[in-house]
Amino acid sequence: MSIAREEVAHLARLSRLALGEEELDHLAGQLDQIISAVARVQEVAADGIPATSHAVPLVNVYRDDVVVPCLGAEKALAQAPAVDQQRFRVPRILAED
Amino acid sequence: MDSELTGMTAAALAAAIAAGEVSAAEVTEAHLARIGAVDAQVHAFLHVAGDAARAAARAVDEQRAAGEVLGPLAGVPLALKDVFTTEDMPTTCGSRILEGWQPPYDATITRRLREAGMVILGKANMDEFAMGSSTENSAFGPSRNPWDLSRVPGGSSGGSAAAVAGFEAPLGIGTDTGGSIRQPAAVCGIVGVKPTYGGSSRYGLVSFASSLDTPGPLARTVLDAALLHEAFSGHDPCDSTSVDAPVPPVVAAARQADVSGLRVGVVPELGGEGYQPGVMARFGEAVELLESLGAKIVDVSCPHFSYALPAYYLIAPSEASSNLARFDGMRYGLRVGDDGTRSAEEVMALTRAQGFGAEVKRRIMLGTYALSSGYYDAYYGKAQQVRTLIIRDFEAAFEQVDVLVSPTTPTTAFPIGERADDPIAMYLADLCTIPSDLAGNAALTVPCGLAPEDGLPVGLQIMAPVLADDRVYRVGAAVEAVLADRRGHALLDEARGLDEARGIDNG
Repeated sequence: MSIAREEVAHLARLSRLALGEEELDHLAGQLDQIISAVARVQEVAADGIPATSHAVPLVNVYRDDVVVPCLGAEKALAQAPAVDQQRFRVPRILAED
Repeated sequence: MDSELTGMTAAALAAAIAAGEVSAAEVTEAHLARIGAVDAQVHAFLHVAGDAARAAARAVDEQRAAGEVLGPLAGVPLALKDVFTTEDMPTTCGSRILEGWQPPYDATITRRLREAGMVILGKANMDEFAMGSSTENSAFGPSRNPWDLSRVPGGSSGGSAAAVAGFEAPLGIGTDTGGSIRQPAAVCGIVGVKPTYGGSSRYGLVSFASSLDTPGPLARTVLDAALLHEAFSGHDPCDSTSVDAPVPPVVAAARQADVSGLRVGVVPELGGEGYQPGVMARFGEAVELLESLGAKIVDVSCPHFSYALPAYYLIAPSEASSNLARFDGMRYGLRVGDDGTRSAEEVMALTRAQGFGAEVKRRIMLGTYALSSGYYDAYYGKAQQVRTLIIRDFEAAFEQVDVLVSPTTPTTAFPIGERADDPIAMYLADLCTIPSDLAGNAALTVPCGLAPEDGLPVGLQIMAPVLADDRVYRVGAAVEAVLADRRGHALLDEARGLDEARGIDNG
């Protein structure tokens, strides 16, 4: 086993996925298989080889500081799950205590 | 008349519209009728935008009547993968979490297609958030392969590929992150291209893996793919990874279709064990054909390519776990469990558990694992080093040859259901396509015949250096021309899956 069942449950919490026990069981087996397979990268990658984060090398990209139109409040809120007084209404963020 | 129009290439349709032999409105009606006749079986589309398509076609006809000069693809319809935002059509990415979402703006690709006078017929089905090789991960049900409706059309751009192969649209737009244009194109018997990374804009493309995602064309001919490639490519200031360089001359290359003197490398690591015999047979014949046309063939080993698949399945999920954090149920999309008692964090976790499908959850968790402290160096870090080694393999290879070739995918289209809950088996479909995604270079698939054991299409993959996209078109067009000559008809004429719907007796 490359990954324990408790670790999978922890990953689900970090990933903000409220998964049921059955789903966790199923995923645990599959993730174990996948992680074992992808661990092969450790066979070749030796020290001293630089990491590539982007295939085509990039430097900082700047643009001129020009004002362009942006979405108005109405358009931005049009697809919101809940709206209150021209704002996104969201569930409480802080606990009661 | 209708089946004549739906059977034409994009180049021929554009010429006929420009010459006034047929109106853009008639062309669009013919394709909408075809969609009406076959899409219940193929399920290439998640949304058909009949009214918007008719309006766009009428606008082209009016421009022509007013004597305006039309673009090279004006009035030609297409299927747009449902991962590009469209202001007048829903955009779901094949996911419940975005079901019914109407974006507030057009993607750059969407805008450029409209400006070119092209007609968007609707939004094409896909694996959820472009994660998959079969469209079985679409929350709205799989698309089917027009060659055999019991088989997958590949993925993730399987809806676009099925629409083009099923004559519902002459052109399709897809995205390639690990092979998501080339693999479906190959198993549907059509042409598909992954341009150089950054050659096509990602602005308004819902992100999966930002360092890999590349929009590209699907078509029934190499020239049609090149025309579409030119129509949407070019620098986009809205995408900071967009390449600020001229678009490679892909249309001229497709017309040139000449490989004499070209050095072609065969990658031995992409073939052999695990590959379907009929795929290897057709691939071998395609290599012989290139040699007979004057290309110089050599074997070029790329020793790290066998590590591309594991590196990809660390890098892509890592980027996905970060990108998909935006689906939190706060500003758009699904929200679950907001009953006044639950916190934002609980609502978020419930929303994501209900809104995402199994493969998306697997990849988010895999990426979260690879990026978490204690595992970062051993997994994500190592995968990034492997990415360097793969780029070096390509650089060494391109010192010896002009292009590399391989089969596009190890097997022909597999039956729906066969790999649906076996992620490792599904991932193998991308074995040959992933190296070019990791290196960001250009690659094309062109049909090279049918596998004798199942009568299904096989694709030849051609890979070229970064920004040498024209080379893959040049080679693809040469192979296409000779095979069409030998066969005496288009390969797709042999597709039998939709005979009944087409009402054609193929004898």
